[in-house]
Amino acid sequence: MTKFIPAAFAAAFLSVLSMLSISPAAAASGKLVIVTSYPPDTTETVKKAFEKVHPGVQVEMLKKKTTAGIKYLQETQSNNTTDMFWASAPDAFEVLKDDGLLAKYSVKQKGIPEKVGAFPINDPDGYYKGFAASGYGIMWNTRYTKAKKLPDAKEWADLKNAVYHGHVGMSAPSRSGTTHLTVETVLQGMGWDAGWAEWKSIAGNFKTVTERSFGVPDGVNSGQFGVGIVIDFFGLSSQASGFPVEFVYPTVTTLVPANFAIVKNAPNTDAASAFIEYLLSPAGQEVLLDPKIRRLPVNPATYANAPKDFPNPFKDKSIGAAVKFDLALSKNRYNVVNSLFDVMVTYRLEDLVAATSAIQMAEAKAGSNPAAAKLIAEAKALVAKMPITEAEAADEGFNAIFKTKRKKATTKVKGRQAEIEKEWDAMVVANYTKAKQLAEKAMGM
Amino acid sequence: MQSFAKGHSKAAWIAVALSIFLFVFLVLPIAKVIYVAFQDPHSGDFTLVNFADFFGAALFQQSFFNSFYVACMSVLLATIIALPLAYYTTRFNFKGAVLIQTLGFVPLIMPPFVGAVAMVLLLGDNGSVNLLLDEWFGFTIPFMSGLNGVILVESIHYFPFILINLSAALNNIDRAMEESAQNLGARGMRLFRRIVFPLAMPGYVAGAALVFIKVFDDIGTPLLLNINNMLAPQAYLRISSIGISDPMGYVISVILVAFSIFSLWVSLQAMRGKDYATVQKGGGGLSKRDMRPWEKTSCYAIIIIILIFVLSPHIGLTLLSFGTVWSFSVLPDGFTIAHYVTIFESASGYITNTLLYAGIAATADVVLGTAIAYIVLRTGIAGRKWLDYVSTGALAIPGVVLGIGYLRTFHDFQVPIIDKPLASWWVIIAIALTIRRLPYALRSCMAALQQISVALEEASENLGATKATTVRRIVVPLMAGGILAGFITSFATAAVELSATIMLVSQESDAPLAAGIYEFMQSSAGRGPGAALGMIAVLIVGLGTYLSHRVIERGKREREAVAIIAEEAKANV
Repeated sequence: MTKFIPAAFAAAFLSVLSMLSISPAAAASGKLVIVTSYPPDTTETVKKAFEKVHPGVQVEMLKKKTTAGIKYLQETQSNNTTDMFWASAPDAFEVLKDDGLLAKYSVKQKGIPEKVGAFPINDPDGYYKGFAASGYGIMWNTRYTKAKKLPDAKEWADLKNAVYHGHVGMSAPSRSGTTHLTVETVLQGMGWDAGWAEWKSIAGNFKTVTERSFGVPDGVNSGQFGVGIVIDFFGLSSQASGFPVEFVYPTVTTLVPANFAIVKNAPNTDAASAFIEYLLSPAGQEVLLDPKIRRLPVNPATYANAPKDFPNPFKDKSIGAAVKFDLALSKNRYNVVNSLFDVMVTYRLEDLVAATSAIQMAEAKAGSNPAAAKLIAEAKALVAKMPITEAEAADEGFNAIFKTKRKKATTKVKGRQAEIEKEWDAMVVANYTKAKQLAEKAMGM
Repeated sequence: MQSFAKGHSKAAWIAVALSIFLFVFLVLPIAKVIYVAFQDPHSGDFTLVNFADFFGAALFQQSFFNSFYVACMSVLLATIIALPLAYYTTRFNFKGAVLIQTLGFVPLIMPPFVGAVAMVLLLGDNGSVNLLLDEWFGFTIPFMSGLNGVILVESIHYFPFILINLSAALNNIDRAMEESAQNLGARGMRLFRRIVFPLAMPGYVAGAALVFIKVFDDIGTPLLLNINNMLAPQAYLRISSIGISDPMGYVISVILVAFSIFSLWVSLQAMRGKDYATVQKGGGGLSKRDMRPWEKTSCYAIIIIILIFVLSPHIGLTLLSFGTVWSFSVLPDGFTIAHYVTIFESASGYITNTLLYAGIAATADVVLGTAIAYIVLRTGIAGRKWLDYVSTGALAIPGVVLGIGYLRTFHDFQVPIIDKPLASWWVIIAIALTIRRLPYALRSCMAALQQISVALEEASENLGATKATTVRRIVVPLMAGGILAGFITSFATAAVELSATIMLVSQESDAPLAAGIYEFMQSSAGRGPGAALGMIAVLIVGLGTYLSHRVIERGKREREAVAIIAEEAKANV
């Protein structure tokens, strides 16, 4: 009996001790499956750092482009094996939230502010969290621009300049969440018609539309084309890796958080929570400053350890102040914007470039002639013409046509996506050809 | 007689098992793809509307035209490269024949998509060559811009197919025919046009059709060169970004399969009934003569130019894998081994996966190949020819189509113990590789079995061995050379297969080498590690090809010895 009591006390004492020392993080173990659109530079670096702190967890990254990732989660929802979704574009998360594919989570980590720039860092409904902020801008290869005598571009409008013809590269919104955000930012900052006109004028100077967003920094890094429209961390990490490139934020840009969220019915919510807490902790935020990653942390304190000249959105309020990004608007017209860009730019790039080239030459040669100027203005208007208005683009029924699954039975689907794209394509091709003819006529004057 | 009947029924069971395997993993997925292409996505009825959409959409019309154009131009350019080389080796006493033989093998060890990236750095619009040209002469040559890049990369990789076929065809022309034509007064061009060309045509057509189909179906090269408006990349992009329910991906698959089957049929038809050229005695090949001095210089000049182009992907890849920063300059800024270190640290997963998948695929291929060869050649089971046809038909199925078919057919099928859909389990990748490489392994095994005289097997059975024992102790050991060669070739080509794997890899930990290279090439921190991984892939394929070559050579010598023994055995009976 007497032997029993000290033993019992010891056991109780030890168990209390051990309970105190068990933090929620150390209890996480097992497999953590993350669907992500990020490149190995980011995923590998973060994964290694996370697994050091949580050795029991084995992280598995499923690499999918943002749109493919959304599709994947939608298709596997009845038999979900994914724990987290980790991507840049908040509108992608909105799409998932609407489909009821995300789980709520409240962050325990302190020190993360409410907003970055004008944008809330976390989803107000509590489904997804921001871990880094990103802006969109222009990167260029200094050797290339020096050799071809191109001026440094500072604003989107600069890229419309004839001197950049054939030197610019970008990806397409349908292939890259970050590119989609870039396109939306300008559309929201300048308005539907003016924004699209701006994009088409810039696209007239494109050398290529890359298959993935990574194709742009790669093209600029290797000197295939001189100027790229990219998300900030591509420019900054390329610079940090030693490539002769520069990056700049134009005025019309927005700082949008990059996010992660736990998927509904996730197999391993403990590990997922641990991952979120880690990446938002001071140690995790500092991993974002790694030269291979170079993203803007959301914890203001981390910037103390940032390299010199690293942009600080919490000190420099001008970055991203010009545009207040409306997530709901972006989400409503997500698929339509993708299709519009593809039909008008990506798949008709040759026609667009030819028309723009003719317009630029006409301006250079005969711009001062009033009759020619009138023709040139007409040509420009033809190129900028849009097949649908902003209101039509935001219409829910119209957007439903561009989904392959009808989410609600009440959404009427008139016609097929292929049919509508064909109509647009016909209109666009006719306009570009006519614009080219007009410009050539103006050149002759 | 009793033992023969018993063995026959065992073989029948094996034949049934093989048929089921081929049906489930080859016929069914392809049938599913074709079915979905004709199915209305909303209502599920039979319809041609998907095809109407396809041919009505400008993008797809352009993709179709581009794929066709690129395939034809690749065949043309490959012919232009192969023709002088074949001409010099067959017409002249050329001491550099070994050099040409090497030229005919070096391109095949570099998978085209791996070399594509490196070639852009050397031959692109702002690549090394054009930077120098611009500096010295003020002009550039658009080697790699747009579709030209795809055409150049593909022709440099595939011209050996045409070279080998053309050389073989020219070597098989009976000298007697040429001599009689000359006796009747034909010379030079006329001789070539009326005698040499028609006789060499079938061999050429067979090789050209094969190159056409491989370029038409290739997905890796256009993707890495950022050319999206071609059929195969479009199928991949539609399925991966819009989903497996997108009908366009299936329509494209049907078109790819139709063209592939047609090209394959053309290739097989061309070689059928042309055996007469090889049977005749009297000295094979056209008469050779020595080269005049100016012919010698032009010959070497041409060969050196071709050599530079053929080696450009290899040179470029080596520079890229050792280079630090290579940006808008003729050569990288500096050199380092850091990329190889990165690879060995983080890419061991890719290499183990590749060894696993390729190993399983190659083993399965030689087992299946031997079984099918034996059933087709040695048994009388009804319908056995169809095993051969269906297995060879796998050649006509592009990798991307097989991948799409598997995704569609198996994504609902849950594997019992693993509790995962079959389409996401890594084993499906190994199965896809098995199916894709089976035709080659089958041909190896059939050729090996055809060389073995039936007399040997009959002798074994006369001494009391059962069919099974005969197969185990006599046939298979005699086939060993062919089996080994088939294994090595299957392994080496499966190790760098991209088209099917890129569709089927669902998580990074399952990715093999080719998918790993594709992933690494997407890094904004530089393509050095991707290039280093590519070099490893090239080494694997190169080693495999060399070993296979050695084994076949040794097997040939052994077979000759065995054939003599069999002849003597027959004579003594």
